[in-house]
Amino acid sequence: MNETGRQFGVYVHWPFCVSKCPYCDFNSHVREGVDQARWREALVAELRHYAASTPGRVVDSVFFGGGTPSLMPPATIAAVIGAIRDLWPVADDVEVTMEANPTSVEAARFQAARAAGVNRVSLGVQALDADALRFLGRAHSVDEALAAIDTARVTFARHSFDLIYARPGQTPAAWRAELARALDLAGEHLSLYQLTLERGTRFWQDHARGGFVMPDEDTAATLYEETNALMTARGLPAYEISNYARAGAACRHNLIYWRYEDYIGVGPGAHGRFAVDGAARLRGKRATRQASGPEAWLEQVESRGHATAEDRVIGADEMPGEALMMGLRLVEGIDRRRFRALTGRDAADVVDARALSALIRGGFLTLDDDRLRATEAGRQRLDAVLARLLR
Amino acid sequence: MTELSQIRNFSIIAHIDHGKSTLADRLIQRCGAIADREFHDQLLDSMDIERERGITIKAQTVRLNYRAKDGKDYVLNLMDTPGHVDFAYEVSRSLAACEGSLLVVDASQGVEAQTLANAYQAIDAGHEIIPVLNKIDLPAAEPDRVRQEIEDVIGLDASEAVLISAKTGIGIDDVLEAMVARLPAPKGERNTTLKAMLVDSWYDSYLGVVTLVRVKDGVLRKGMKIRMMSTGAAYDIDKVGHFTPKPVDAAELGPGEVGFIIAGIKTISDCKIGDTITDEKKPAAEALPGFKPSVPVVFCGLFPVDADDYEKLRDSLAKLRLNDASFHYEPETSAALGFGFRCGFLGLLHLEIIQERLEREFDLDLITTAPSVVYRIALRDGSSMELHNPTDYPDVMKIERIEEPWIKATIIVPDEHLGSVLQLCQERRGVQQDLTYAGTRAMVVYRLPLNEVVFDFYDRLKSVTRGYASFDYEIAAYEEGDLVKLSILVNGEPVDALSIIVHKSHAESRGRVLCEKLKDLIPKQLFKIAIQAAIGGRIVARETISALRKDVLAKCYGGDISRKRKLLDKQKKGKKRMRQIGDVEIPQSAFLAALKTGS
Repeated sequence: MNETGRQFGVYVHWPFCVSKCPYCDFNSHVREGVDQARWREALVAELRHYAASTPGRVVDSVFFGGGTPSLMPPATIAAVIGAIRDLWPVADDVEVTMEANPTSVEAARFQAARAAGVNRVSLGVQALDADALRFLGRAHSVDEALAAIDTARVTFARHSFDLIYARPGQTPAAWRAELARALDLAGEHLSLYQLTLERGTRFWQDHARGGFVMPDEDTAATLYEETNALMTARGLPAYEISNYARAGAACRHNLIYWRYEDYIGVGPGAHGRFAVDGAARLRGKRATRQASGPEAWLEQVESRGHATAEDRVIGADEMPGEALMMGLRLVEGIDRRRFRALTGRDAADVVDARALSALIRGGFLTLDDDRLRATEAGRQRLDAVLARLLR
Repeated sequence: MTELSQIRNFSIIAHIDHGKSTLADRLIQRCGAIADREFHDQLLDSMDIERERGITIKAQTVRLNYRAKDGKDYVLNLMDTPGHVDFAYEVSRSLAACEGSLLVVDASQGVEAQTLANAYQAIDAGHEIIPVLNKIDLPAAEPDRVRQEIEDVIGLDASEAVLISAKTGIGIDDVLEAMVARLPAPKGERNTTLKAMLVDSWYDSYLGVVTLVRVKDGVLRKGMKIRMMSTGAAYDIDKVGHFTPKPVDAAELGPGEVGFIIAGIKTISDCKIGDTITDEKKPAAEALPGFKPSVPVVFCGLFPVDADDYEKLRDSLAKLRLNDASFHYEPETSAALGFGFRCGFLGLLHLEIIQERLEREFDLDLITTAPSVVYRIALRDGSSMELHNPTDYPDVMKIERIEEPWIKATIIVPDEHLGSVLQLCQERRGVQQDLTYAGTRAMVVYRLPLNEVVFDFYDRLKSVTRGYASFDYEIAAYEEGDLVKLSILVNGEPVDALSIIVHKSHAESRGRVLCEKLKDLIPKQLFKIAIQAAIGGRIVARETISALRKDVLAKCYGGDISRKRKLLDKQKKGKKRMRQIGDVEIPQSAFLAALKTGS
C-alpha cells in the first residue's frame, strides 16, 4: 500500500470471449483472430494517455477484466504490466488480478501469466453442477473447474472464484451442498452472486418468454441469509454484498471502487474515476468511458492515442451520492472522515435526515462518530435503503 | 321580422344513438342552410368529445328556411339540446324555448330510458310532440312494434308517426311538412315590454360571450340596453343575429324568434341559463317562470399526477369554466395527493367530460378522488352544513342527523336481464316503485340513493345486462340515512384521499375491498405496512403487506458507477410519483387504481 493512504488502480479490459454467456451483459465479443500486436500497442497507448492526467500516482492494483483476459497471450499481459511500471510508480505489494475461465486451455497458461506479473486470479467457475453449467452456457466441465482451481492454488499467491446461485429451481439444500463443496476448494476469497437478469441478454428474453422461472423474493432472501451464515461460520465472512474473504484478503481492486478511490480504465468500454488534475477533493472527479466496440476502439486509439467516448467531471454535487452508493455495499461501511476529505461533506448530512433516523431505528443502518454502515439486513435491501436515503 | 304564424321552434329529443344528430344534419342540408362542401357529420356538435361520445353538451340553434307545400316560407328554429340527465335543467330551459319536439326513436331498438325521460320533459314543457321512427331502412326495423311501445310506455299517439331514415334521407320532407302542419306557432306580443329567455351562452374567442336567446315578448335590437333579471346586471347590445348554423347578423329579434346577442358580457358566469332578459329602460315586472341557479350535485377532488402541473391545472380549469359556468372548483390540499381542486359537477357524465377534456385538451394527468354527493348534516348545536368532501366530515358526536339525496331511476331492460337489475338495485338500497312491461322488455322504476349510483352503478348495470339496459334518473329528495365515514389508514395514518361516506350496512364490505385492493397495489417496503379500514375509531378491515426481504443488485459492475447511478436515478424519478403517508410510500398508480370505481 502506498504511503499517502490514497489508493489508485488500473483497470484493463480485454473484450474477447470464446462464446457469449446467456446471463452476461458485460462488454464482451466473440472474434476470430485478434491482431495481438495492434491490441498490445493500443492498450499501452491508452495507459500512456491516462498517465498524463495522473502523474505521480502510486499504482496499488492492476485488474485484467473482460471479456476473458485469460485468453490474452502472456506476452500482451507482460507488455501491459511493463508499461504500467514505466508510466507510474508501483507499490511493492501491488495486487495484479486476472479474471480467468477455468478451462484446461487457460489453466495451462497460468504459469506464464504469473511470470508476466499476475499474482492473483479470479476464476469464473459459476457452478459445481454439470446441469447448471450447461444452463449458464459455460464452456467448462465441473472436473475442469476443479483442476483449474487446483492449478490456480499452486500457481498464484492468491486466488478466488465466482459462483452464481439463486438459479431457477435451485433448492436451499442443493445450494448449501454446492457451497460447502466450494468452501472445501476455496482459498481466502469467494464471490457469490445471485443470478440477475440483465436487459439485452439471452436470459432476459428467455425469461420474458416464460422459458424459466426465477426464484421469488422470499427464496432469494433465504438463500442469501443462509449463504452469509455459512460463510461466516467457515471464516470467510462477507465484506461486500456478494464478496466473502478471510480477514485481510479482500480484493484490493474492488475495494478501490467501493471506497470511491481513484482508478483509470483502459480498453473497450472501460470506465475510470479519478481526481481532477490529480488534486483530489472538492474539485471533483473525472469520469471516463472508452468506446466499447472493439474495432472502433482500436481504430480510435490508433488514430488519436485514446478512444475516450465520455469524459466529464463529477462535481461536488454528485460525488457524495456516488460515494454513498458504493460505500454502503461494504460491511465496513463509510469512513466519515475519509468521506468528508473526499467529498467535502459529512455522510450523515448528504442523506435525507428523516429517512436516516427511520432506517437506523429499523435496524438497516448504524451511525457512530466514525462510520455510517449498512447492517446485514440493510445490505440485503440496499437498493430500497438507498432509494430512501438519496432524495 | 317573421310573422309568428310562419315560425316553428322545435327540438329533437332521442335516446343516445337513435339518430338525433343525423336527422339534424339532414334537415340542415335539405333546407340549404349549409353548402355541401362545408358539410360534415354531426354539424352541431362542435367539440370532439361531443362527436365521439354522441352527446350534446352545449345547446345550439339553427335557423332553417323552408318553403312548404302550401307555398309559404317558414322559419324553422332547430334547438339542439343537451340530452343527458346531468343537464336536465339546461334541457328544460331549451325545451321551454320551443313549442314542439320531434321524438326520435330507433325503429329497431324501441323506446329507451332516455327517450322516456326526454319525452316526459317535453310533455311537461307543454310541447306538441311528433314521434319520428328512424332507421326504418334497417332489416331489423319494426315500426309497428315501436309505435305500439310509444303508445304503451309513453302514452303518446303514434299512429301518425313519421317513418324516416335519417341516414339515407327517406322521409325528411315528411318531417318538415309535419312540423309545419302539426307544431304550434309561437305566441308573443311585439309591442310590449321585452322578455327573452337566456337559453345558453358560450365564450367565442372572436366574438366574446355569445348568448343564445328566445324572445317571448317585445323586441331585441342592436344598441339597446338590456338587464339580466336574476343578477340585475345591465349590458349594451353590440350585435343580434341567428345561426344558419354560421352566425349571421340581423337587425332585431322579434317575438317567437331564436337567435343570439353579443352584449359586452365578460364571462359566461354572468349568463344564468333560464334567466330573463329585459329592457333596462322599461323592465318587465315579472321574470319568466322556471329559472333556477345551477347547483353542483357531484363533487370530487382533481389532483395533478405531477405536482408541477398544479398551475397548469388551475389555468385549465379557468379556461374550461369560461365555457361552462355549471362546474365549480376551489383549491383543495390533500395530505396524500398534494395540491389540487375540489370540483362540483351537475352529474357523473359532466364530471367525466370535464376530466376527459382536462386530460385531452390540456394534456394533464389527473388523479380523481371518489365522487361524492352533497350530504346535509344537522348538528347537535342546531346548526347545519352541506358536506361536499368526506374530509370535512364533522366529529360523529356532534352529528344529529345526516341526509342524502335520492333519485328516481328508470331502467328499461330485456326480460332476461331483469333479475340481475333488480338484484343490483336491491344491493344499492333501492326501493322499487314500479315494474311494467312493454313487449319483452321490462321498465322498472326505483328510488335509489344517489351515492350508490355515483359509485360504479353504471358500470355494474352495463355488465350485468351486457349493455342492454338503458338508464335515466331525476333527483327526487333528501332523506335521512344511516351514513358513516369510512377511513383508510396506512400504518395508522389516515389517507384523506381515500375516505368515503358510505351507508353503514356497506361500510365493512367496502372497507374490506379497499384494503385488499391496496394490498395488491402498494409495493413491499422496508417496513411492514398495515392497511386498515375504520369507521370512527373502530377497525372494520385489515390487511398487512409484509416487509421487503431482499432488494439489492448482486453485482456492481466493476468501475461502472454511472450504470448503478442510472438505476438509482430511475428509482428517484419514480419517487416523484410516490406519495408519502407516514413512513409509507404509495405510488400514484395505487391511488389511481384504488379510486377507480368498479372494484
